[in-house]
Amino acid sequence: MLELNHVYTRYEKVECLKGITFRVHEGEMVALLGANGAGKTTVLKTISGLVRPTAGEIFFRGKSIALLSAEEIVRLGIVHVPEGRKIFQKLDVLENLELGAFVRNDPGETAKDLEQIFALFPVLEKRLKQKAGTLSGGEQQMLAIGRGLMSGPSVLLLDEPSLGLAPILVSAIFKMIEEIHRRGKTILLVEQNARRALKIAKRAYVIETGQIVLEGSADEIRNNPAVQEAYLGGRERR
Amino acid sequence: MNAHIELFLQQVLNGLTIGMIYALIALGYTMVYGVLQLINFAHGEIFMVGAHLALLMIWVLTSFFAGVPFWLVILGVFLFAMAGASFLGAAIEKTAYKPLRGSPKLTALITSIGVSFFLQNAVMLLCGSREKTVPEVVPNLRFGLGAVSFSLVQLIIFLTSLGLMFFLTWFVKSTSLGRAMRATAENPEAALLMGISVNRVIRVTFMLGSALGAVAGALFAMYYGSINFHDGYLAGIKAFTAAVFGGIGSIPGAMLGGILLGLFEGLAAGYISSEWKDAFAFLLLGAVLIFKPSGLFGENLPEKV
Repeated sequence: MLELNHVYTRYEKVECLKGITFRVHEGEMVALLGANGAGKTTVLKTISGLVRPTAGEIFFRGKSIALLSAEEIVRLGIVHVPEGRKIFQKLDVLENLELGAFVRNDPGETAKDLEQIFALFPVLEKRLKQKAGTLSGGEQQMLAIGRGLMSGPSVLLLDEPSLGLAPILVSAIFKMIEEIHRRGKTILLVEQNARRALKIAKRAYVIETGQIVLEGSADEIRNNPAVQEAYLGGRERR
Repeated sequence: MNAHIELFLQQVLNGLTIGMIYALIALGYTMVYGVLQLINFAHGEIFMVGAHLALLMIWVLTSFFAGVPFWLVILGVFLFAMAGASFLGAAIEKTAYKPLRGSPKLTALITSIGVSFFLQNAVMLLCGSREKTVPEVVPNLRFGLGAVSFSLVQLIIFLTSLGLMFFLTWFVKSTSLGRAMRATAENPEAALLMGISVNRVIRVTFMLGSALGAVAGALFAMYYGSINFHDGYLAGIKAFTAAVFGGIGSIPGAMLGGILLGLFEGLAAGYISSEWKDAFAFLLLGAVLIFKPSGLFGENLPEKV
């Protein structure tokens, strides 16, 4: 469904991605793991059109999207929920959600999606008229995901959804991501919390300094000694 | 009534009138700053061009359509000035500022000063450097309000300005494009991820701000009865002062800042010296920058991690 072929990008003459190749199939949840600065966020930004690849191809449903604008990519059904949530703090919760549906022109379906989001994140419905900046960190993350879902995407790119959250909220967020996936969304999950990500994803890729160094099923990745050493904090405790 | 109170009320009324004009111009500064963090120094010139477009339309309407009711003339003048100025605003954005997107802020700022010189000189070459008299279109009526009086032009200034401010507030608050504008102002990258065309939002912002500035120019032309190619300079800098006073980037701030600056100037002119009224405006700017740089409505919402 989503396919990257030898994608290169550079920021101010420094190469960030050096030939990234991977694919995400329809209905799959795939994790993209890696250390800080490995290029995970750049991969997502390149897919969502915030960064242009300098070489390589990106296909969505067989169509090349590497040169499309961010706006066109959202319209195709790929939505990027950015790291650090980036919700509109001065706008209220409802306005944030409405902005998520900015590109849509189907009020009936949009209203249904809004109902679904309230079912998934009941707290958002309670805070509709509250400024988004007054929400707690966990609520802001829920709002960021809900806002992404409002565009009615088929693919969700999630960048570090658990970053900076208390452990109990991390569990809750991961449960919600699983639930969203069960309801039929294809998900590309970027996480530093590799242990958690490998629990819910089916496959994973490991990125190091702009290159994919490892790929496989979640189990294979979890049991790889190098991964255990680098990302899972030594042997996994059971 | 006591003569002192009479003078006071009259100066308040006159100050509020010019304050409305400042507020309309200040909105253009604050809106553009909101989405681009650019002080668009060419905005005062948009006001001046608006005044000239208004004069042109007044000539056309009064020469070829004599006998048309005055309110229709005014409406035609407003629409013409707004259309011309928003086109000009969009053209400036596209040719002068858009190519500089992503370069240091100072580059765009200096460019805006260049655009300002360009427009002043263009108008001077096209229309001459003489002071141009604006034919009287609004009947010279005065209304008494107790001991103070105001003219029909003043009434029109009040009604038009307040109407436009209400419209703008509604637009920014309740329309999809207005929401997109606020989103872009807060976080352009996140706005892009929503599928908002940030370029379009910026263009619309310039057009709206320019249209408001043009109405201010038209009102100014009718109120003072004469215009010149350098009128945009002082009015622009004062409106900028008003925007900073209100908190640059804040729409209600620009409205209140403009009205208060006009009031302050009116009272300073009445009680201290009318020759020094411009100096008082800049005294206010200095004081705001020293004591409350974020202005009346300047807000800083901390980012939650």
